Amino acid sequence: MRIKDKKDFASGLMFIAFGAFFAILARGYQMGTAAKMGSGYFPFWLGVLLGVLGLIVLLKSLAASSEDHDLGKWDWKTVLWITGAVILFAVILQFLGLILSIIILVFFSALASHEFNWKQTLVSSLILIAICYGAFVWGLKLQFPVWPPFLVG
Amino acid sequence: MDLLSNLSLGFATAFTLQNLAYCFIGCVLGTLIGVLPGLGPIATIAMLLPATYALPPIAALIMLAGIYYGAQYGGSTTAILINIPGESSSVVTAIDGYKMARNGRAGVALFTAGMGSFFAGCVATLVLAAFAAPLSELAFKFGPAEYFSLMVLGLIGAVVLASGSLIKAIAMIILGLLLGLVGTDVNSGTARYSFDIPQLTDGLGFVAVAMGVFGFAEIMANLEQKENRETFLDKVTNLWPTKTDFKRMVMPILRGTTLGSVLGILPGGGAALAAFGAYSLEKKVSKYGHEFGKGAIEGVAAPESANNAAAQTSFIPLLTLGIPPNAVMALMVGAMTIHNIQPGPQVMTSNPALFWGLIASMWIGNFMLIILNLPMIGVWVKLLTIPYRHLYPAILVFCCIGVYSVNNTVFDIYLTAGFGILGYLFMKFKCEAPPLLLGFVLGPMMEENFRRALLLSRGDYTVFVTRPLSACLLAAAAFLVVIVMLPAFKKTREEAFVED
Repeated sequence: MRIKDKKDFASGLMFIAFGAFFAILARGYQMGTAAKMGSGYFPFWLGVLLGVLGLIVLLKSLAASSEDHDLGKWDWKTVLWITGAVILFAVILQFLGLILSIIILVFFSALASHEFNWKQTLVSSLILIAICYGAFVWGLKLQFPVWPPFLVG
Repeated sequence: MDLLSNLSLGFATAFTLQNLAYCFIGCVLGTLIGVLPGLGPIATIAMLLPATYALPPIAALIMLAGIYYGAQYGGSTTAILINIPGESSSVVTAIDGYKMARNGRAGVALFTAGMGSFFAGCVATLVLAAFAAPLSELAFKFGPAEYFSLMVLGLIGAVVLASGSLIKAIAMIILGLLLGLVGTDVNSGTARYSFDIPQLTDGLGFVAVAMGVFGFAEIMANLEQKENRETFLDKVTNLWPTKTDFKRMVMPILRGTTLGSVLGILPGGGAALAAFGAYSLEKKVSKYGHEFGKGAIEGVAAPESANNAAAQTSFIPLLTLGIPPNAVMALMVGAMTIHNIQPGPQVMTSNPALFWGLIASMWIGNFMLIILNLPMIGVWVKLLTIPYRHLYPAILVFCCIGVYSVNNTVFDIYLTAGFGILGYLFMKFKCEAPPLLLGFVLGPMMEENFRRALLLSRGDYTVFVTRPLSACLLAAAAFLVVIVMLPAFKKTREEAFVED
């Protein structure tokens, strides 16, 4: 058997996985009856429904009548750089403060681009720091560790 | 006249210095993101939601609404000048608008788009004011069964008219509903799907989900494509249309406004559909139909009026019934709940200044936008020259700060990163994310009404079809699905959404 529409095949699998996940965990909560529903009732049946829809999508992707679709090009490098930069920002925010974290986030995420340039990235991170400090810290008075806590005490 | 006294209350609220200022900020930001390709209103509103914490609710809503309709203006600018529709609703504008620009009439096209949008915005504001009161009266007659059925209709309506596969879109809604259920169940106090993570017992952060699936995923997708634009930036000279142009644009603007206002109210309607509908209608009825696709001024006037009208009337279901008809309105629900306002019919009675102030601010906002866009078009055009590689790190920074400041916790940033990857998968699998967001917002509300309806009927499922109003709503939803399944409609639907 040949998978004709790979995009749909993969989506079908994803929906079945999510449906199973929510339905199986819902069994662990109180089910109750239709008249007096427990916390598991609604999510269980939604999960089942999602699984069924996933199955339909999956089966349709195998049908001879469906169009050929490849999964396309996956740019994992970009995904990892961007996600990594964001997670790094979250990790260091508490320790290094907002200003240093912004510089790091901007530099790491800029590396995901094909045309990285040191000077321009530095300039844009400085502009961003000015905007963020002005708008969020000074203007909206949001609470952030601005400088590394171990420096300012 | 009730309407007049209500509107005057609205204008009194909107005309305070503070609210005018936030309306202006919203319009500027909206135009900005509309102009900048690769940054849509959903991601921007999600990004700015936390920033509105510190503001009074009315100012926050005025600003967010300004972003939404400002984006409609800005989106048409890029559609005309560089053939990249900033918003999905400007896709059709690009067809004739860009052709006009190539014929050296970029300025006229921009003027037409601006005038059409302004006129449509004014009319839609009146429609909103007139329809809001009777509809909220109706909403008070709704019981839980009706609300549940209405949500079903709204969700189905939102996907049948969207592009792509219907089954996948419905599956995305259900996934959204399920994600919305994560957290403490209000009835029993059970923490569901929280895995003993304390931050999850409050539910998944709305901002984190929206920002991950839209903001981050969009950046990843944009970075995969190489930058490549052909522009007519230096050719915006003569804004003023000729007398013939004026004559030709009047009727399309009127028809576009009417169609847009109607489609905006319907569940699942909204700007993109309205623009498309107006364009095809105009192509059929106009005596210049043969010029369409070659730079016909009607092809700019009609869809631009329609998308702006629809952008505004889509506030009607939100403000009167509490049901968001599209993903941006779902974000407005989020904004209202942040400020402890439960969207729905009671807003108008319990908080009339907010309700009418918001409506009045839309008219003011439209006026500001025409000033922002026409004489200052040169400034916006300059922005188009900023390369994307400078833009996306800035978007990331604002997203991270925004997410963090919702609860002052870095956990939400991790969550956003996770949803960013999920959003990337959705894009690769061609699963549309907006239905997911709608479902996510409606999830808890839907469960609550479902439970209550069945509690009242003692577990009898027929309650949804024996109550006449509820039955009508469900029948309408079923009808929509059947229509879409019909082969004839399926074909036109596919043709309609071929974008390139």
